[in-house]
This record gives sequence, structure tokens and C-alpha cells, in this order.
Amino acid sequence: MRAMVYRGPYKIRVEEKDIPKIEHPNDAIIRVTTGAICGSDLHLYHGMMPDTRVGTTFGHEFAGVVHQVGSSVQNLIPGDRVMVPFNVYCGSCWFCARGLYSNCHNVNPNATAVGGIYGYSHTCGGYDGGQAEFVRVPFADVGPSRIPDWMDEEDAVLLTDALPTGYFGAQLGDIVEGDTVVVFGAGPVGLFAAKSAWLMGAGRVIVVDHLDYRLEKARTFAHAETFNFAEYDDIVVHLKKQTDYLGADVVIDAVGAEADGNFLQHVTASKLKLQGGSPVALNWAIDSVRKGGTVSVVGAYGPIFSAVKFGDAVNKGLTLRMNQCPVKRQWPRLFEHIRNGYLKPNELVTHRIPLEHIAEGYHMFSAKLDNIIKPLIISATA
Amino acid sequence: MTEPATPYRARKNTPPESRDALRARIPGWGVDLDPKDRPSFPREQPGIETGAHWEFPDRQPETQPRELSIEHAMLTPVFGTSAPLKGASGAIRRYAYRTYSEGRAAHWLLLIAADRVDAWENHLKSLATLRPDNPVTETGIGIGSEFSGNGFKSRAGKRVDVNHSWMDPAIVAGLWVLAGVGAVAALRALRGRR
Repeated sequence: MRAMVYRGPYKIRVEEKDIPKIEHPNDAIIRVTTGAICGSDLHLYHGMMPDTRVGTTFGHEFAGVVHQVGSSVQNLIPGDRVMVPFNVYCGSCWFCARGLYSNCHNVNPNATAVGGIYGYSHTCGGYDGGQAEFVRVPFADVGPSRIPDWMDEEDAVLLTDALPTGYFGAQLGDIVEGDTVVVFGAGPVGLFAAKSAWLMGAGRVIVVDHLDYRLEKARTFAHAETFNFAEYDDIVVHLKKQTDYLGADVVIDAVGAEADGNFLQHVTASKLKLQGGSPVALNWAIDSVRKGGTVSVVGAYGPIFSAVKFGDAVNKGLTLRMNQCPVKRQWPRLFEHIRNGYLKPNELVTHRIPLEHIAEGYHMFSAKLDNIIKPLIISATA
Repeated sequence: MTEPATPYRARKNTPPESRDALRARIPGWGVDLDPKDRPSFPREQPGIETGAHWEFPDRQPETQPRELSIEHAMLTPVFGTSAPLKGASGAIRRYAYRTYSEGRAAHWLLLIAADRVDAWENHLKSLATLRPDNPVTETGIGIGSEFSGNGFKSRAGKRVDVNHSWMDPAIVAGLWVLAGVGAVAALRALRGRR
């Protein structure tokens, strides 16, 4: 089969690989029809995430057709069209039994601090991802769902991470009616978080980024007020002024490891890999939320320490909430919202790139060329 | 005197937009107003239905020694097999996993260092194959990105990340150059001592 293969920082190519095999009785092999590149794949691509090994295939957002199932699989048969949440999880451990699917303890021998994620380095379990023609899906009775007949496959792919993570980010903010919500980052997750904040009753939604074309999307897609932080000396002061000098009630960090906007933090984190991520967005969130407010973090950070302004969080009495999204818990409600027309995920898709050209797709997404927001990867077997 | 700003008194200066105005403007405004309508509420729900029909999963066979965090009591029943440990990078990774817990900086810094060694190992190895690494196609700077559509053009104009285009190579390569200069200076100093 053809598969994207990591060759080192900023280098990938498409190679011939063996079709994955059933390695556990509850495995399924999925023939991928549509995948995606996620913003957090860029952290792998840039060499930010520890134990990202040459030869691995990335991709945790994908949908396809069941090709083969293991002997204990009861809920899927070959030929089913399925969408697969980015979490690999067993469904029965202490954490899964409580709905914390992203914190599963049975799928990642490399770490206890994070669960399993497809194509997201050995730190997340060493699973190959879906930027390939075929992918191994463990616990096929637990993770994947059949794509409903009425659902567009592109919407299904966005439901495997970007949309549920954005929605989850808004939910972690514990928004109450009338809250002012600030979202840092106007990528797909930030845009979905902004949109979801309205569903939860926000009174005002503000999106902050430094790319004008993404802020334009935040205005049209997510009905948000927008600020380009590069146009202000100090975005935190500006946000304070915008919120009657109180600060926002809720701030969502949808940026994560490679936040720009502070030279020193950016160099020590993104360039020198001496921090688990550049915490610029997180620190701005801590600074611009009101006292007693909530900061929700859904941006991806690596496991190494980061220079976070924790003292301010303590002194302001903040609630900090964060996690990888337990995707499948979000699906029934999000399916309803899509059917009702409140959410239209595939409006964010800007590029559809053949698997063979995925290196160019990564470069475009990384360098933010051609007004890219969400690139999908189309498999040759689609 | 102008009205004092909000933090100095209890009432907000700017009244919020009304429910009706928000409903008219935003499709679906407030449909998840009640936290109980939000899917991950409450955060932990004991006894949740997951589709698992096992109490403890069957165990995936360990066909070759699999590294694991020393914070785990045992090898997890299921694991990825995408790139087993090998070479010098494998030795560094094995050492990091065997020696340090996830709480230790050394664990992660060794793994990051091993990643760089891995990339170089494989780059050198590729030179001895029929398909050596190709810096142009593998970094994606091909016809399909920079030079077609709005690729190159979109770097120009009011883009704030334009600075990265020239600054990043200097920051990244500059460190290697500095490390090289440092290594040469250290070698010279050592030779001088002899």
C-alpha cells in the first residue's frame, strides 16, 4: 500500500509499505478513503513531540471502509463505512469505564500520562496513522462508528477530531449564559470552539490570531469578533480594555505547542525543543481571563515542562481545565447539531490533496500558504 | 466625572446582547445552555456504555521486546508496532525508557535527542540506497505548493509570519554553526593542553 512516511523534521515522503495485519482479536483493518492533516500533526512534522520515529505514518483523522476484522469483532463487518475517533482506547479500563476515553490505560505502554492516538509518535503508543491506504484500528468494537447514510464523508472526517475537540474546548470552559469567551487560535479547532461557545449561550465571542485570512473565517463562519495580535503592542491589555477592564469570563487556548508572539518562548520551545511547547497562548489566556474565570486548553502540548505563569493562575483564582477530547462521547449531540444545521463542519475544508502529494500538503499547511485552513487527504483507493 | 470602569464596582459597563438578538443572529444559539446537554457532563460517568464486551482485553502477543514506561505495572494489552527500536537511536530510547520515569526531564530530553539521531541515521542510510532522501520533494517545496496557486504570493503582503521565512533558517542553522564552532574551540583547547 501507499503511505505517508516521516523521514525527520520537515521531511516526509510517500512509500510502499505492507498492508497492516490483524495483531489482536479485536482489531480491524480499515481502507482509508478520506483523511486529514491536523494542526497538531505539524508539531510532529516539526520534531516537537518526543519519540517520533523515522518510518512512522501520521494521521489521526480519517474515515474509510472496513477491509478485514479480527475474530472477536462483533459490531463491524467488512464493507461498513466508518469514521474513527483519534483516540485509541479499550473501553474497559478504570478510565474508559468513566468515559475518559482519551486517558485509556490499556493502549499506550510508552507513557501513562497520555492515552493512545493514531499516528502520533511512540509517546502516544506507537500506532501508525491514517495518512495511508490502510490502517490498523485496535478495539474496533469500541472506537469506530458507522457513518450515518445522511452524513457527508467530509463532515465525518472532521468529526474524528477537529469539531469534537473544538466543542469540548468550549465545554471545558463551563460557559454560562452571557459569558464573554475569548478563543486563541483561528485554526479549525479554534473556529469550532468559537462556534460551539454560542451554542452554550455565550454573550460575546472573540477570536485572536495573527493571520488575517483565518480571522476573516472566524467572522464569517463563527460570527466572532476578531483581533489580530500582531496589530497591538500588548494583546492582553487590548482584551482587558475590550472587556470593561475585567477580562474574559472564559478563555480557550486552541493553539498549543507552537504559539508565536513572544520571541524568547518561541525560540526555546519551537526551535530548540527545550520546552514542551511555547506557552505564549496559554500565558496570554491566564493573563486575559478575569479573576475567578476559567481557562480551557485543547491546544496540543508535549510532555516536557513549559514556562507557564502558574503564580498568576493561583493568585487570580482560576479554574484550568484541559484534556485530549474523548471524541466518541461528543458524537450523538454533534450529529444532532449537524442535522439541525447549527454546525456545518466541511465549510472549513479548503484543500483536498491526493495522498501522493502529501509532502506538499504538509508544507502548505505548515507555512500557511494559499489561505489554507483545513486540508483533507484523498486516498488513491477512495 | 466619567463612570468608573467595571472592576471597581459590581455592575458591568457594557450590557450583554439580548437572548432574542443572539438567537436571531447565531444559528443554534443557546441550544446547549444547560450543562446537562453537554456530552462530557459530568466529567466522569461511572458505568458508561462503551461497546467493550470484555472485562480485561485479550493480550496482543509481544513478538519482540517492547519498551515501556517504568510507570506502567505491565505491558499494556494492546500497543503500536510502527517502528521498533533499532540502531544508536534505539539504544538511547531504550536507556531513556528503562532508566527514567515520565516525571524526569532526562527521559523526554533523551527521547528528543534520540529523534535527531534517528533522523541522521536514516538520512545516511538512505544515501546507500536506490532512493536517497530528496530535500526538495520531501520538504514539499514542489510545484504543488510554493509556486502554484496562491502559494508564493500568499507569503507576501501583510503576513506577520513573513519574518519566519528568513529568521527560522538562521535560528536553526545558526545553532548548529555555533555548536560546531564550540566543538572546534574545545578540540583546539584540548590539543593545546597536550
